[in-house]
Amino acid sequence: MATSTITQESAPRHGGKAPQRGTSLGGRLLRLNWVGGSLGWIWLLIVMLPLYWIVITSLKTQSNYFITNPLKPPTDITFENYKTVIEADFVRFFFNSVIVTAGATIPAVLFSLMAAYAVVRGATNRWLKGINALFLMGLAIPLQAVIIPVYLIIIRAHLYDSLLAIILPSAAFAIPLSVLVLGNFIRDVPKELFESMRMDGATEWGTLWRLAFPLTRPALVTVTIYSALQIWNGFILPLILTQSPNQRTMPLALWTFQSEFGVNVPAVAASVTLTTIPIVLAYAIGRRQLLSGLTAGFGK
Amino acid sequence: MTTLAPPAVRVKEPTRTSGGRSGAVLWMALPALVWFVIFAVIPLIGVLLLSFTTWNGIGTIHGSGLTSWKAALTDPGLPRALWVTFVIMALSWLVQTPISILLGVFIAARSKYRGLLAVLYFVPVLLSSAAISITYKALLDPNFGLSAGLGVSWLAQDWLGQSGLALGVVVFVVSWQYIPFHSLIYQGGVRQIPQSLYEASQIDGAGRMRQFFSITLPQLKYTIITSSTLMVVGSLTSFDLIYVLTAGGPGDSTRTLALQMYQFGFQARLMGPASAIAVILVLIGLAISLLLRRLGGRADESQLEGM
Repeated sequence: MATSTITQESAPRHGGKAPQRGTSLGGRLLRLNWVGGSLGWIWLLIVMLPLYWIVITSLKTQSNYFITNPLKPPTDITFENYKTVIEADFVRFFFNSVIVTAGATIPAVLFSLMAAYAVVRGATNRWLKGINALFLMGLAIPLQAVIIPVYLIIIRAHLYDSLLAIILPSAAFAIPLSVLVLGNFIRDVPKELFESMRMDGATEWGTLWRLAFPLTRPALVTVTIYSALQIWNGFILPLILTQSPNQRTMPLALWTFQSEFGVNVPAVAASVTLTTIPIVLAYAIGRRQLLSGLTAGFGK
Repeated sequence: MTTLAPPAVRVKEPTRTSGGRSGAVLWMALPALVWFVIFAVIPLIGVLLLSFTTWNGIGTIHGSGLTSWKAALTDPGLPRALWVTFVIMALSWLVQTPISILLGVFIAARSKYRGLLAVLYFVPVLLSSAAISITYKALLDPNFGLSAGLGVSWLAQDWLGQSGLALGVVVFVVSWQYIPFHSLIYQGGVRQIPQSLYEASQIDGAGRMRQFFSITLPQLKYTIITSSTLMVVGSLTSFDLIYVLTAGGPGDSTRTLALQMYQFGFQARLMGPASAIAVILVLIGLAISLLLRRLGGRADESQLEGM
């Protein structure tokens, strides 16, 4: 998903924002689209059914799983499967994922903010123009296609089978989209504000932190959540750049757990549920920011 | 970028509010630039160079001319992998686009229950491909999965064991995972359509179907191109989901180019041919992006500014 080639292509339609697109448009679309209406509820069912199934299955005993109806919740709930999963070292995998996600997202977003600030403020600078163009083109580089040279770099740097091996390329691939989105926000900051900061004798560094940083906070949150989600769910980098169980992150751990415990479906279901809970919780807290940010970023 | 341009750095325009001290901010771009160049730009060049070498992934790298390209291009699996990649790309586009547009229109309306539905729709986007594939693998089990739960014998197929069915399952699961994301893009697009267009057409007596086809769809043109590009390039390079769901099987029936690259490189330890396939992947992705951009038919500059 991060291989968003022409995000920049999503330019606004003429007229931009309609001043009042409140209830009357909503009300009309409400009646307009009965096809969408029925589809809406069917889609909810399609989305929810696997999620419902995975949760109820994780609460069944293994013997119960084979004899009860798969879609009926268990009569006697067991947490035995979760115990199995946690004993399979998932706490470690969880913290590995936390380290990788935080270790890659935080520097990637901060450096992207600095780069976005530089690109916008130095829009007339030839070098910065080139750098900006490079980041835009970089959106089109798919991670999967360059995985072999990345592997080569990591082994030559003696980083193979470490969390840092996952962190470094993950962060790099979060940068282009972050620069693009943050740059668009900084571009919207009125020039007069920058000018008055300059009159007050602020350095560019000071202007970045005291003006651009607070004003782009919504975009920063969106970019952080989006990058963190991509990195948290990343699979191919851990698969190729690590091998020992100690360095496993959650998606990879799920996969190996599934190949070891394949017959114990309830335990596998518990592993999926357990690794999903943190993101769903984070979503419950940050969803408004994520959804509106993504809509603004892509839908424009 | 263009060397013919006048030396912009030195030409100061005192009236401009920005750019006056652009040299002072240049260094701020450096950390991101260096990081990105090392792990994305250099590897992009590297993969092209590696495709002219022989390397087993551990030992030394030997230049070997076109040997790796020959090995990759004459591999009997390649036409099949190209075909599978194309079929998955085309089918998942055909499935995802209409559903995403309809759902996008549906959740663009501002009503409370639709807002709630939109929140729930988005959940699949949060899950890792590994988690989704593992769930569907178990759910599609002919004996203990969905078919047993619903009591529909028609559903009791060996979904992942027959080539045609497995391909269909891959398309379905890809769509399940990504439709929420694309409907969100369309939601944003629909909300930007000027309301006056609908009002005008209402005065002209246009029905709702008519409005959908002659206002909503044409107005979504650029959103469709953005979303399609993301979809097509995404499914071209998608790896995790298919790798965990079918590992390319049964046989080679779901083995895409990305999977073939992985198997060449990290299982057969033939990094040279694997790099050649990676180059093919990049080229196809670029070609499709450019083609779709051409379909959009707009000048590049305005698009960049528009964002």
